[in-house]
Amino acid sequence: MIRDITLGQYFPGNSWVHKLDPRIKIIATLLFIIELFIVDNFIGFGIAAVVLGAIICVSKVPISYILRGLKPIIIILIFTFALNMFMVDGRILWQWKFLKITAEGLELAVFMAIRLVLLLMGSSMLTLCTRPLALTDGIERLLSPFKKIGLPAHDIAMMMTIALRFIPTLLEEADKIMKAQQARGADFESGNLLKRAKSLIPILVPLFVSAFRIAQDLAMAMEARCYRGGENRTRMNEMKFAGRDYAAIVMMIVFGAIIIIESRML
Amino acid sequence: MDSIIRIENLTFEYKKGEETEPVRALDNVNLNIERGSFTAILGKNGSGKSTFAKNLNGLLVPTEGVIYVNGYDTSDDEHIWDVRQSAGMVFQNPDNQLVSAIVEDDVAFGPENLGIESSEIRRRVDKALSDVNMGAFKGKPPHLLSGGQKQRVAIAGVVAMKPSCIIFDEPTAMLDPKGRNEIMNIIEELHDEGITVVLITHFMEEAVHADRVIIMHDGKVFLDGKPEEVFAQKEKVLSVNLDIPLAVELADKLREKGIDVPKDIIGMEEMVEYLCQYE
Repeated sequence: MIRDITLGQYFPGNSWVHKLDPRIKIIATLLFIIELFIVDNFIGFGIAAVVLGAIICVSKVPISYILRGLKPIIIILIFTFALNMFMVDGRILWQWKFLKITAEGLELAVFMAIRLVLLLMGSSMLTLCTRPLALTDGIERLLSPFKKIGLPAHDIAMMMTIALRFIPTLLEEADKIMKAQQARGADFESGNLLKRAKSLIPILVPLFVSAFRIAQDLAMAMEARCYRGGENRTRMNEMKFAGRDYAAIVMMIVFGAIIIIESRML
Repeated sequence: MDSIIRIENLTFEYKKGEETEPVRALDNVNLNIERGSFTAILGKNGSGKSTFAKNLNGLLVPTEGVIYVNGYDTSDDEHIWDVRQSAGMVFQNPDNQLVSAIVEDDVAFGPENLGIESSEIRRRVDKALSDVNMGAFKGKPPHLLSGGQKQRVAIAGVVAMKPSCIIFDEPTAMLDPKGRNEIMNIIEELHDEGITVVLITHFMEEAVHADRVIIMHDGKVFLDGKPEEVFAQKEKVLSVNLDIPLAVELADKLREKGIDVPKDIIGMEEMVEYLCQYE
């Protein structure tokens, strides 16, 4: 069961969006998020939704896949919706004892809900269309200008790369330990929450021990393969901007300008 | 012949703590490994063979004595990367030596560290992966591969660094028989291509492929010679709790029965071939 976990939520594909330089995609996502906070009316959201819809169409990621990503925030969504709806003062539409719904509240609730949904869908497009490793590479390169002020960009990226590599390995290890304990009569399923949490301790301790052992082995293997940090290191896949990346930059600027003009000037 | 690895009076001690006596893992070892040779190093657990391997590429530095790899002193910090590039190392656990979540990125890790140009890295990675017959798996994540396949990727990662010598530290210990065979075939192919091979193992059957066998015991070189010479000294081999290869044992029994099996038959395949002449 553990063997086929997918990390992050990468949706393999070969579309225009998939092929974009990860740096562009990261910046575009950040801009998209910022712009969603600049928007102050529904027309702005309409524009953002159209743009997002276009990106989704081009990426060929099935919409059901993206909507599934919204599941974890449904509770937050309902909660903020309810809070906004009931708590804002204004023209009362409906009242029952202390509960009241106002026109302004309703508007704000819908507004916030749209913003949240667009935020999540927009940012999940990044992880859906970018290989996790390309993402860490992109982050490394975007952060590299900050090396001058002491930010260890390469080390951060290497840590993420190793984490991505070893999460499945550690999950397998945990599975093995759990089976070994169960074979000797350990019970992980019954009892209340506290009891079940306690029964996890005998798993966590050996898991940590084995994680340290793996780390030691890996450090030695990396050293044997001449790893000495980011200095003078080259990469097999150089990142170069292609035509589509410049096109994406132009589109980003146009989209940003439209959003700002639409919300702040009209 | 010129030696790629020269070991002079190598002694290595593990220091456990301030008060306890250091543990002596290697005791005054003198050896030369010739360029292009295939040496198997055998020994029981605790015989010092793994410590020996780690000394060969500067992961551990001798407490006393010197090791020269390709002419570079392994304890010389200035040339440590030349040492490690000349003498690549494949470890026992296939899982814990792969760095990247994509096979080809992992193979590229070594050359990237050496600062090689990206088009050249690409060429080397493709070549190394096809050398170990893993070309079809280059986009796969390692955790979906079998142990033998992972070990092949690890070998490709070392091959891509173009070492003149590869040290295999019990590369098959955690594999099933099928994976073990695959790895042994690749090791032999690499040797045929001119790479010096040092194979640390405790499987006798693997040592049969080598052209020199060294048996280590208690941190010392116990026996050293051609495989047929070493395995002919049955009593000595058994005295350090090692076995002799099955084919050698069989040849011995056959000789007792009056069939004169030639001395140089030590491998299973040669034995089968020899026996098949008798109808």
